[in-house]
Formats: sequence, C-alpha cells, structure tokens
Amino acid sequence: MSRLLPLFGFLLLVTLFGFGIWWNTRHDQTAIPSPLINKPAPAFVLPELYDPAVKVSKTDLLGKPYLLNVFASWCVECGVEHPVLQVEGPTLGVQLVGYNYKDAPADAKRWLAEHGNPYHVLLADQSGDTAINFGVYGAPESFLIDARGVIRYKHIGPLTPGVIRRELKPAIAALSKEAP
Amino acid sequence: MTPELGQLALILALLLALAQGVLPLIGAWRGNRALMAVARPAAAGQAVFVAMAFGILVWAFLHFDFSVRYVAENSNLELPWYYRIAAVWGAHEGSLLLWILILNVWTVALAAFSTKLPEVFAARVMAVMGLIAVGFLAFTIFTSDPFGRLLPMPGDGADLNPVLQDPGMTFHPPVLYMGYVGFSVAFAFSIAGLLGGEMEQAWVRWARPWTNIAWGFLTCGIVAGSWWAYAELGWGGWWFWDPVENASFMPWLVGLALIHAQAVTEKRGSLRAWTILLSIFAFSLSLLGTFLVRSGVLTSVHAFASDPRRGVFILAFLTIVVGGSLLLYALRAPKVAGGKPFALLSRETVLLIGNLMFAVASAMVLLGTLFPLIGDAMHLGRISVGPPYFGFLFPLLMLPVVLLLPFGPFLRWGKGEASLLKPVLLRAGIAAAACAIVAAFFVDGKLKAIAGVAALVWLGVGVLLYALKRWREAPRGKRYPAELAGMLLAHLGVGVFVAGVLLTEALGVTSDVRMAPGQTQHIGGYDFRFDGVQRTTGPNWRADQGTITVTRDGHAVATMTPQKRTYPRGQVQTESAVDAGFFRDLYVALGEPMDAGNIEGAWSLRLYYKPFVRWIWGGGLLMMLGGFTCAADKRFRLKRIAESAPVGALQLQETRA
Repeated sequence: MSRLLPLFGFLLLVTLFGFGIWWNTRHDQTAIPSPLINKPAPAFVLPELYDPAVKVSKTDLLGKPYLLNVFASWCVECGVEHPVLQVEGPTLGVQLVGYNYKDAPADAKRWLAEHGNPYHVLLADQSGDTAINFGVYGAPESFLIDARGVIRYKHIGPLTPGVIRRELKPAIAALSKEAP
Repeated sequence: MTPELGQLALILALLLALAQGVLPLIGAWRGNRALMAVARPAAAGQAVFVAMAFGILVWAFLHFDFSVRYVAENSNLELPWYYRIAAVWGAHEGSLLLWILILNVWTVALAAFSTKLPEVFAARVMAVMGLIAVGFLAFTIFTSDPFGRLLPMPGDGADLNPVLQDPGMTFHPPVLYMGYVGFSVAFAFSIAGLLGGEMEQAWVRWARPWTNIAWGFLTCGIVAGSWWAYAELGWGGWWFWDPVENASFMPWLVGLALIHAQAVTEKRGSLRAWTILLSIFAFSLSLLGTFLVRSGVLTSVHAFASDPRRGVFILAFLTIVVGGSLLLYALRAPKVAGGKPFALLSRETVLLIGNLMFAVASAMVLLGTLFPLIGDAMHLGRISVGPPYFGFLFPLLMLPVVLLLPFGPFLRWGKGEASLLKPVLLRAGIAAAACAIVAAFFVDGKLKAIAGVAALVWLGVGVLLYALKRWREAPRGKRYPAELAGMLLAHLGVGVFVAGVLLTEALGVTSDVRMAPGQTQHIGGYDFRFDGVQRTTGPNWRADQGTITVTRDGHAVATMTPQKRTYPRGQVQTESAVDAGFFRDLYVALGEPMDAGNIEGAWSLRLYYKPFVRWIWGGGLLMMLGGFTCAADKRFRLKRIAESAPVGALQLQETRA
C-alpha cells in the first residue's frame, strides 16, 4: 500500500494542475479589464499625421461613433491586422480613426503608402504621452468610442475577422440601437 | 523553403524516436536482438534530424528570415548576430527545440558509453530516452511549431526581450537544460531497472556518474541564472524565490538527495526503493518545471507566453510519464528492505538525515510555489507566499545538514565509531568558535555575519580534517580518489556558499540617493563621486550613461558606468555597473533623472556595497566541480563494471539462449 502513496500524491497534484488550467481558461490572466470602459475617453489634442499644423481634439470627433485603432509601422502584428482593416473597415459603419503610436511620421507615411490607408482621420502621437491616458501598452489596440465620447469597447491585439464578427460588430450594433 | 525542411526534419525525428522508444522494448521483452539493436542507430538518426532542425532555425535567425513567425517575433535587423543566436532559445518554441537537442546530446552520449552494459538493460534505457523524446517532439510539432510562417512577411521583426540581451543569458539556458535533461538518464536507468527487476543493484553504479554530471550542470545553470539576475535586473539580489527559479531549484534539491542515496545503494545495497523513487522524482520535477513555466498555470516574471492547449498537452504528458513510472514503481519496486544492516551511528544514518532534509525542503519549495494555485482551488483568492516563507523555512531545514556535514565522512558504513567523532567535534568546534569571536569584532557583532564565519570554519575545518586523515592513513596514490576529492570539494563549496550568503546579507549596504554631478557619497568605506550622465549608443540601443568614480582613502578604485538603455522598440533596460572583487562587489544602478528631460542634472542612483557576494557563486561553482570530479572516478568506468556484474552477464546469456 505504501508503495502506491507517491502515485496518489502525484494524482492529487495532477488534479490541482488540471484545475489550474481550467481556471485559467475561465479567468483570463492577461485580460486586464480596462477601467476606462463606459467612461468618457480621455481628452486629447494631437496633430494630424499628414498635416501636423492641423490639431485634432476629442471634441472634433464627437457626434458620431468611431473606432480608434492604435498602430505603428514598427509593430509586426499591425501588419497582420492591416489587411483585415482594409477589407472590413468600410463595412463597420463607423469612422476609422488611425492612432499612430510612438512612430516617426516619415516611417508611418511610408508604411501607409505601402500597405494602404483605411483610416478616415490619422492622429500622430509621436511621444506616446497621450496614449498613456488611454492605457495603451502596445500596438495594436482598438477602442470603440460612441457619439458622446464614451469608450464602449476595447480590444488588445490585432482585430481578426473572428473578433470583428463576434465582438466588434455586436458592440457597434448596440450603439446604433440606443442612438436617438 | 528551408523552414519547411526544418519541420520535415522534426517529423522524421519524431518517427525515429518512436522506433527508438517502442522497438527495443519489444525486443527486450521477446528476447529479439535485432529489435534491441534498433535503439542506437535510431537515436543517432534522430539526433541528426533534430540538429538539422535546430541548425535551420539558427540559419533563419542569422539571415533575418522574418517570414518565420518565431524569427519575426524575437529578432530584428539591428540585433547583433550573437544575440540572434541566443534568440533561438529566447522564447517558448525555440527553447523547446533546444530542450530536445540537448536530450539528443545525452541520448547519443548514452548510446556511445553504454556499449559495455548488458544488452537488454541498455536497450531498455535507450527506449525510455526515446519515449521521452517522442513526448517532446510531439509537443513541439503539434502545439509549438517554431517554423510557422508569418505571411505577408514583415519588413522587420519585433525584438528579443532586452532582459535577455546579456552574455549571461546566452549560455544560462543551455547549461540549465543540460542539467534538467540530464536527470532523464538516471530516470531511464531506474525505469529499466524496474522493468528488469532482478538486477536492481548493478544499475545504480552505472547511473551514478550520469547523475553527478547532470547535477553539476544544473548547479552551473542555476549559478549562471543567479549571476545574471544580479547583474542584469538592477535590484542587486541574487535569488528571488520566483516560481521559475523554484522550478530549477526543486530538481536540484532532489538531485542532491539522489546523489547521496545512490552512493548508499551502490555501496551497501540499502535504500534501494528510495533511490528509485528519487530518480523518478528528480526527472519528474524537471518536467514539472517545464510544465509550470510553459502552461501559464502560474504567473512569473520570466514565464513563457501561454496557450491552454499547451498546458493540457504537457499535463497529459506529465501524467503519462510520471504516473506511469510511479505505477511501475508501485508494482515492481523491491518488496523487502534489502542491503546490509546499519547501526544508528553510521554513515547511512547521516546520509539518510541529509536525504530527508533535502526531500522535505523540495516539498516545501513545491508547496510554496503552488500556493497561489491552491488558493484558487480553495476559493481563498490569489495568495502567494514570498521570500518570508522560503527564507524562514529553508535555512531551518538546512541547519542540521550544515551541522552534521563534517561528521559524515568520518563515519564508517554500517557502524561508525563515536571515538572518531569527538576530535572532529572538538577541533572544528573550537576553530569555529574562535574565528566567530574574532569576527564579532570586525562585523560589529552582527549575528548573521558571525554565523557565516562560524559555518565556513566549521565546514572548512571538517573537510580539512578528513583530507588530513586520508593523507596520513591511505597509501600514496590512493589518498584522494576522484569520488572522494569531489565530495570534499563540494562540501567545501557548501561552506563558501553559506558564508557568502550570510556575510552579504549581514554586511551589505544599499543606498538610494539623489546625486548631482560632482557630489560624493560615502558607503562601506568607499567614496562614490557622481560625474554626470552622457548619451551613448551601442549596436542596437541608445543609452544614458552615468560615470561614477570610486575612491578609497583618496586612492582610485574604479570608474563605473551604469546605463539606462532604450532599445529600438522602446523597451527600457537598466545595465548596472559592477566592480567585482574577491572580498566585495561595488554595484551601481542608474535610476531616473530628478528633473525629467534634463539628463545633465541630478539623478537618482542606487549604490550597493556587497561584501563576499561572489562567494555565493564561488561556492556553487565548487559544488559543480565536486559533482564533475566525482563522475570522473575510475570505479565508474564500464570496463570494471562489466567484470563485476555477473548478474547482468547472466541475464545477457539467458536472452541469447
């Protein structure tokens, strides 16, 4: 009997690990729920990428819902996301605002010229200071902001067709329902 | 095209591993020599294909093949070539490939050095190694393909984690894996021993050098990791009881117990079941470490990105390997306590106490590491026990080991003589007490430091006394066989290590200061003058570099240049400056400019004076050296074993008949 003890001890451990894996699938350790959801988006004033003299602020964008997409030319995953945005962007029914993050404007323009530009408005945050207020900690990240300037949905990582279908489109549909 | 060849090579290696794992087992069971003979060529072929896959991944990194996702995620155009090679094992997929490569190195070594072992036994050992390789190759191919493509191919990649861009990191993982994977050999030997049943004693002697070498590598890997954490992380600490560190420490502790248990079993035939159990545990804990690091069950500073599919796969693998071997143990382990009897006062007893302490310490570390998980299971929330738990329990468990260690060698097998112990107790005790009293004046009566000096003298004199005894009593040329010399070296290493830990902790000085250029701080008898910060650049980073001139009584000691580096992807990494010395380290880490943006002004700095910190790693290296020296003992050469193992030879003839 005592020779079976190590086996029983180990099986107990396996149960614990199995539980750990199951627990982690239910409780995503990496998803840090953004405290900003359903809060007003932080105020910002940022230069337009192609014309730095033009400053775009949060108030300029009020009135219509928009999708703020954080991207950078140095970000590998953005290259994955970009073709998806090109195709799906026009079907979303909201404005697409490109948020160029910690990037040299020349690099960003070259990158957009090469891969195409799906954005209606392009903001340049070269220092990344404003992005801190949004809680951005990497690119790509996307924020859905409603007509009153409230953040309604946030996605970290590239938008894939699946994410757009399952999460983003329902969130947009919910916005249009409550619109007066 | 080449990355696909790498994938193909891995698949072929998997098929060969299957052949190596299954056919020789059937051969050993049915007495079919042709099937048993498959083991070695299959192992060689598997090693060739794995080396090829590894080479192709290295090639992809060297040639910036960003169409390979793994390369794109872990390197970029600016990364120097040596870090591009280190990047191969910088993340999950590649490090798994390294694991497999090293498993193959061990298997090939085993194939080469086991030709004199009984055929059936060797076939079983090789088969177990093959089955382990099957598990890891399947894991790589099905869940963690390092050759996956990223299309369209990006123009440039991301970056290797800057924390890993350090010379220490280039060789820490390979050496550590040599240790982890090396325990698979002892494991394979004990499984083969269980399967064979009747010759359960002979294999222990054959397994001993392998265990010692694996343990030596593991020691070296842990030392390298500790040194890297000290030099790179900028906190000046050398051990953090982090889950990943614990994952390497548990097999180390069990391996330590195993080394000593194997000595008892080989020489006296006692503790047979315990030795088998420890062999299984040592390797199981290596696997467990792999599981903990890669499954995402625990969060840690250096855990790999996780994917639940991977967790489930490793857990299934772990269950099969460990559960299977423990079941085999339950069914086949020696039923009666065998071996020669031993008295209460004997070398066996001392080794048994040591074994018990190491095993309990390992269980303690396991419990502490898994605590957050247990907390989840009991709905207590995520609780973790940190350094206070480990820092209290571990020294407590090791205290009896340190106290008993000098007596071990003086005790005879079977029945020791108390009369031999008294002079040891007196001499080592008086020397330790005398040195402690002298030391008390130098260290302002700090208890920890006094204990450190006493422990060093206690252990050092103990080792010296035994060395003297051998010198007087043994005939010339036979005074210090490698096994004995290795033991003495390793035991001395324990003393050096303990002294290093206690003296650093007691006498170290840490000071967080704000310094304007030209200002001087006085710490630990040294004057640190801050000479301001300039910008500098490296192959793939920009940095703010401070200059600190250190003097002692007006004499220049060192000029130190700590940096705060910014890598191309915006990651910031501190590079502390260390002025190393035999008796003390000076350590400076650059904080933040007091006035953001004005780097020429005042900065916050962290200054350390760390006496004897190098002794910690010195002690570790002595232990490693001890392990390697033991393994070189002539007794373990297989020629003599073949002669002195009639049981094995008999078995061989039976199979041939």
